[in-house]
Amino acid sequence: MNLDTFIMNGYGLYVWSSYAFTLFNFFILYKVTSNQFIKEKAKFAQKYKSLNSDQVILAQKQPTNRTFVKTVAHKI
Amino acid sequence: MLSIITEKTKKILISSKFRNLIFILFIIFLSVGLFEALILSPQDYLQSDSVRIMYVHVPSAWISLGIFSMMAFLSLGVLIFKNKNFVLISKSLAPSGFIFNLIALVTGSIWGKPTWGTWWAWDPRITSMLVLFLFYLLYLLSWKLFEKKKAVKISSYITIIGVINVPIIKYSVDWWATLHQPSSINILSESTIHSSMLIPLFLMTAAFALFSVLIFLMKYNVELIKVKNKGLNRI
Repeated sequence: MNLDTFIMNGYGLYVWSSYAFTLFNFFILYKVTSNQFIKEKAKFAQKYKSLNSDQVILAQKQPTNRTFVKTVAHKI
Repeated sequence: MLSIITEKTKKILISSKFRNLIFILFIIFLSVGLFEALILSPQDYLQSDSVRIMYVHVPSAWISLGIFSMMAFLSLGVLIFKNKNFVLISKSLAPSGFIFNLIALVTGSIWGKPTWGTWWAWDPRITSMLVLFLFYLLYLLSWKLFEKKKAVKISSYITIIGVINVPIIKYSVDWWATLHQPSSINILSESTIHSSMLIPLFLMTAAFALFSVLIFLMKYNVELIKVKNKGLNRI
């Protein structure tokens, strides 16, 4: 890799800015979605913790709940 | 039978192992794709190095169109079968489709400056892509502005009306005089693009598709866990 790779016959600014914009958007979208996921998982863990034993049995009947419980088990 | 399939699909969609696999594949494809696109692929005889913008611009446009078509198909399912899972899937697809549409518009504009001498032109392809962007925006806004029941209906109608624009985008280069060239890649006939450019294009498309799957999976989990949180309140 040399300077020509960055200059790209004078088109470097256009090419690099396009790639930078794309990757920046990827990062932002990933970060925002990941934060939402963490927040909702924390909410789920908190709510699950507040259930009594009968309510836990009822909640465990749903397979999706069981999967989510596994993912937030360290917080419960 | 349908409920068994739905449950099994749901299990895969919320599996963290599957999500991690997609993430690893995305990183691999993106790394190889970027190396191919920025270093190995040749310059264009006419556009020189600016042609490298194609490797982010074209996959973004393809994926935003594909996602919107899927959303419209699912919305039809929502209205006909009242399937709640279709609502969640459609809602989870929208953010990545929207971002890919934005990337296609912005990188297209950046590519337009050295190629056509302008950042923006009211060309049929660009204008119809902008219309698609507005439909994505309306879809996302409908979930913010209306209560759930109303939002399900309104967002479904938005995608079904908006999908009319998809063939317009696809065939705009054939129907009207446009700055865009006719399509170089055809499923039914031989592509007019050389393999040295086709390989990075497909690698980047695969990477972008994997990224959209990754975001979809995360978003689907967010939406599903929201539903489950409400369910826990009712127990």
